[in-house]
Amino acid sequence: MTTATHDHPALVGRGNVEGAQLFRQWFQQLDAVAAEGGHAAYVFVMGSMTEILRTFDLPVVFPEINSLQTAVRHVAHEYLNEAEDYGYSPDICGYVKADVALQLRGGQHPMGRIPKPTLAVLTNACNTYIKWAEIWERLYRIPIFVLDIPGTRQAGRLSWPGDPDFERDRRYVQGQLEELIALCQRLTGKRFDIDRLREVMAHANAMSQGWQRVLALNQSRPAVFNAVTDGTIYLGVSNGFRGTAEGSQYFARLVEELEYKAAHGIGTVNEERFRLVFVGVPCYPIFRRFNEMFAEHGGVFVNSTYLWFAAGGVNLGYTYDLQRPLESLAEGVLISVRHAMDSMFYSDRMLVELIDPYGVDGVVYHPIKSCRTVSTGLADNRRVLMASRDVSSLFIESDMMDRRVVSEAQLKNRIDAFFEGMAARKQQAALQGRER
Amino acid sequence: MTEISCHARGAVHLFPRTRTVLDMGGQDTKAIRVTPSGEIVDFCMNDKCAAGTGRFLGAAAAALELPLDELGPTALRGERPVRISTTCTVFAESEVLSWLGRGRRLEDILLGVHHAIAARSLALLRRVGIEAEVTFTGGVARNQAMVQVLQQQLGLPLNVSDDSHFMGALGAALFALDHILARRVPAGAAEDGA
Repeated sequence: MTTATHDHPALVGRGNVEGAQLFRQWFQQLDAVAAEGGHAAYVFVMGSMTEILRTFDLPVVFPEINSLQTAVRHVAHEYLNEAEDYGYSPDICGYVKADVALQLRGGQHPMGRIPKPTLAVLTNACNTYIKWAEIWERLYRIPIFVLDIPGTRQAGRLSWPGDPDFERDRRYVQGQLEELIALCQRLTGKRFDIDRLREVMAHANAMSQGWQRVLALNQSRPAVFNAVTDGTIYLGVSNGFRGTAEGSQYFARLVEELEYKAAHGIGTVNEERFRLVFVGVPCYPIFRRFNEMFAEHGGVFVNSTYLWFAAGGVNLGYTYDLQRPLESLAEGVLISVRHAMDSMFYSDRMLVELIDPYGVDGVVYHPIKSCRTVSTGLADNRRVLMASRDVSSLFIESDMMDRRVVSEAQLKNRIDAFFEGMAARKQQAALQGRER
Repeated sequence: MTEISCHARGAVHLFPRTRTVLDMGGQDTKAIRVTPSGEIVDFCMNDKCAAGTGRFLGAAAAALELPLDELGPTALRGERPVRISTTCTVFAESEVLSWLGRGRRLEDILLGVHHAIAARSLALLRRVGIEAEVTFTGGVARNQAMVQVLQQQLGLPLNVSDDSHFMGALGAALFALDHILARRVPAGAAEDGA
């Protein structure tokens, strides 16, 4: 196996470099908007509706991304303390509290200043979204628009286009999108341009297909990217640049890079020994160290439910039909956001289906203290997975924002034992194979 | 090697039919499920809190001014265990004292403490799945009252060795032996050009 080195052309590692550049560029643009006193649309990763918002040239702000960036940059505790001093409980979502502190600081953020909202658009994919947006509603007297996306009624019982149930759900979503368009017209004073929407949707199509291809390429051995570290960079572009020329170009180039790596056996660690799937939200307060604790054992994350739900379900690669943009947008939103919710609430079946194609040795469950939405049910999920497949699993708890509940020593102890178990399992399998 | 692997290895070495290990030490409690060869299938530990560990017993002993080795025999004389509701080792002390103040017998209070710890351990065991035989390791395995209460709550007999508190060390020594044997060059290998 080969690793990424200077022996390979410049395209190796390009996705991370260009992703970081785009990310900085995005925050610089937001900083410029804030400096001019301009406003933006506040949106969330699970159903951002950027296709419509970009049609009205509304800059988009993802408060979840702003918050996690404070943790990655090791200043989250300052924001959390400020929100708690203001009166928010230590037990609620860390993303919300970091954002509250950001608003109290007039938008001050380590990546630049964040503009105030003109409106907030959210879905029911996360129950906290609604209460979170109500904070901005009270702070800024802005409208909040809640899209109610029908979720999966029963595990494994999905309806698809052509099914009467699906068509009813689609019409319900389309009606809401039309209301959102009317609201955007009123707020911006701009007329809705359906050709502009088509243009945005075409870029979104290219990105969704690219994202799907990126995930599939990690079936290669060795894995061509780490789903927790590299994947989070790709995810940032997928959200922040959805429906843009920069975004579609980025994913085209990323696919080119990863196909090259797959063809040349270029992996992410010196010796890939264990292929892992990550379930939950990353431990951002010790983001790099968290991954190192796995990489030190030759463990590589080949996929993650985070790359499904935090991308708003676009990993399904749904392609909009530009001949019937509004209908198709409603259909895509319904399918993708529903999938994002399923990635949290019904992921057991999806995980089982992942094991063979990705050659998974172990599944790492990471429930987090400050998000019950993604964490509740993970213990049951794990039990179901282990009952249906003979695969190792690890259950470790910490947080995505709050370093007070992240104990590196405890995490390491459990991670080391997890790898010892997998190593013993591989050794045993090898012995049995030799005996046969 | 981690103590988790070591306890599992030691337990399977002394009790080869072990499928579940409960290790209760001073600061953590581990539930471990193992294969017949001692390989870990699953494990679970208390997180960020010493409730349900030997430390909980230590706090009760301090509150009652009893030496640790008298805890078990005293609890075994209990008949009507009190209900210890706290899950916090620090608050356990005040709860124990409050039961004393209400005139309950020392023996019943201590039996209640053992019941509380056993209940928390059982919750950990359920998370990994309980499969017979169950081997109890760690320092607390020397406490006869804890063994008895756990057996009652589990509905299963426990494997307990007189050397249970050395189980982790035994497992570590076995892993070290594996390591030494794996590195030993078989006699005649060099001459064969192997």
